[in-house]
Amino acid sequence: MANWIDACAADDIEEEDVIRFDHAGRTFAIYRSPDDQYFCTDGLCTHENVHLADGLVMDHTIECPKHNGQFDYRTGEATRVPVCVNLAIYQVKLADGRVLIEI
Amino acid sequence: MAGIVIAGGGDCGIRAAFAARDQGYAGTITVVAAEPGMPYERPPLSKPGELGATEKPICTPERLQDCKIDLLLGVSVHSVDRAGRRVVLSNGAGLDYDKLLLATGAVPRKLACSGGDRALSLRSLGDAQRIYGAAAPGVQITVIGAGLIGMELAAVLIGRGARVTVLEYGPRPLGRNVPEALATRITGQHLAEGVDILCSVQIAEVTKNAVILADGRSIPSDVVVAAIGVVPDTELGRASGLAVENGIRVDRQLRSTDPHIYAAGDCASVLCKDAVYRRFETWQNAQTQGDIAGRNMAGAGLQFGGPVWFWSDQYDLGLQAVGDTVGQASAIRKTDTETELHFYLDGQARLIGAAGLGIGNAVAKDIKLAQKLIEAEVPLDVALLGDPAINLKKMLRPIAVS
Ligand SMILES: Cc1cc2nc3c(=O)[nH]c(=O)nc-3n(C[C@H](O)[C@H](O)[C@H](O)COP(=O)(O)OP(=O)(O)OC[C@H]3O[C@@H](n4cnc5c(N)ncnc54)[C@H](O)[C@@H]3O)c2cc1C
Repeated sequence: MANWIDACAADDIEEEDVIRFDHAGRTFAIYRSPDDQYFCTDGLCTHENVHLADGLVMDHTIECPKHNGQFDYRTGEATRVPVCVNLAIYQVKLADGRVLIEI
Repeated sequence: MAGIVIAGGGDCGIRAAFAARDQGYAGTITVVAAEPGMPYERPPLSKPGELGATEKPICTPERLQDCKIDLLLGVSVHSVDRAGRRVVLSNGAGLDYDKLLLATGAVPRKLACSGGDRALSLRSLGDAQRIYGAAAPGVQITVIGAGLIGMELAAVLIGRGARVTVLEYGPRPLGRNVPEALATRITGQHLAEGVDILCSVQIAEVTKNAVILADGRSIPSDVVVAAIGVVPDTELGRASGLAVENGIRVDRQLRSTDPHIYAAGDCASVLCKDAVYRRFETWQNAQTQGDIAGRNMAGAGLQFGGPVWFWSDQYDLGLQAVGDTVGQASAIRKTDTETELHFYLDGQARLIGAAGLGIGNAVAKDIKLAQKLIEAEVPLDVALLGDPAINLKKMLRPIAVS
């Protein structure tokens, strides 16, 4: 059964930005793309224990705040070294101005 | 068939090997690595971690295998026969090369005073294990040198219950590459945590249980660590007759004076855009130059040029800097009471450097944007740089972001 969690208000995230969301001992990064779509990945970079919510979002890329590694946050794909392990991604839907993630 | 041979299995050498494969190189790639274990990253060695020394591997054996990269561990390149394009290894074996990369890194500068060889240094995993192994609660440790590594080390050691004194030759800690206001804040944190810091002192002698200063003072010390900088490991370059001056000299494509030999990372002195040779000692530089050298050995013609970036973590403070941050900042941005960024402009109001300090990775986004602004080489409005209400992204993309 799908487990949809209310993560934040759609307006809590600026366009082309990311915020942190913690739930049940896990941590996630929730993104709002320049074309106003929402995405969710695991919160920590696969290279080191660094939270991606401190990273820079440009277009559809999140850049890790430490090691310059990059991911496409829509697919979780690692796109630049030193990261080589992809990020887990989660389904997102909007309802009544809220962002829900499926975990 | 002669392939690519890389001397040095640090961040730079390993990156170069993968980059050459990424570029489509089909020949053999051999990394000759003097250290015995799997390649590891150095920055975690001086960052707080539960065990003190965090061992963070650079890559897995499987990835090396997938990319058909041969890694020879505990073996070094002993000599280079440039005419025959062949290296001789420390185990007596020979390896032919078409392209050779010297990524031999740097070694800690030795303390020159009497008893100086009593001091430990921090460069390798073994060094770190030795230092943290000795850092039991109550042990008196003296760190010589208040540079980034000395200060990071002091933070880790005090956190592990040791009593820590830092001795610095210059007038203030972090004087070489951290803007004074930021260095002052970091120093204040050290003092609050209980680290003793003495500046403008000269070391006369290291004895079995003390460091003796030139003015006669004696600092009781169970363990002494010298963190007084590194010198590039240019032995191979020099012995093979390449141009060497504070690093193995390379052009913008990272080629030495021999077109079949490249150098990159901490050991290389690189011709920069402004026709000055510079050597950098940062993790990102090792990655970037390794990438360029690897690709160029595989036939690309990339040039090194981007601004060099580094970070330092001390307690909960995170420092990041990019480019040239000497002299007076042109603009200061205070995002909140704990986060500030300093921007450095050239005569044409173009950004050439930025440094920031905050809790954790609070300055990371803005430093990355600053890096892009430096690369854009466009004149900027100083007032906007200093205004925390203005998103730097808007300055980077005035049209795309409304
Ligand atoms: C404790 C510590 C903390 C640091 N923290 C940071 C930080 O927070 N941020 C940052 O930006 N940078 C940091 N740095 C700097 C960064 O780690 C270096 O810039 C980077 O490691 C340089 O990589 P390199 O591959 O050029 O050289 P190295 O890492 O020195 O690797 C060179 C390797 O080559 C081997 N070698 C030498 N000669 C030969 C030979 N003839 N044959 C075979 N192998 C040989 C050496 O044994 C060594 O393993 C830190 C460094 C240290 C020591």
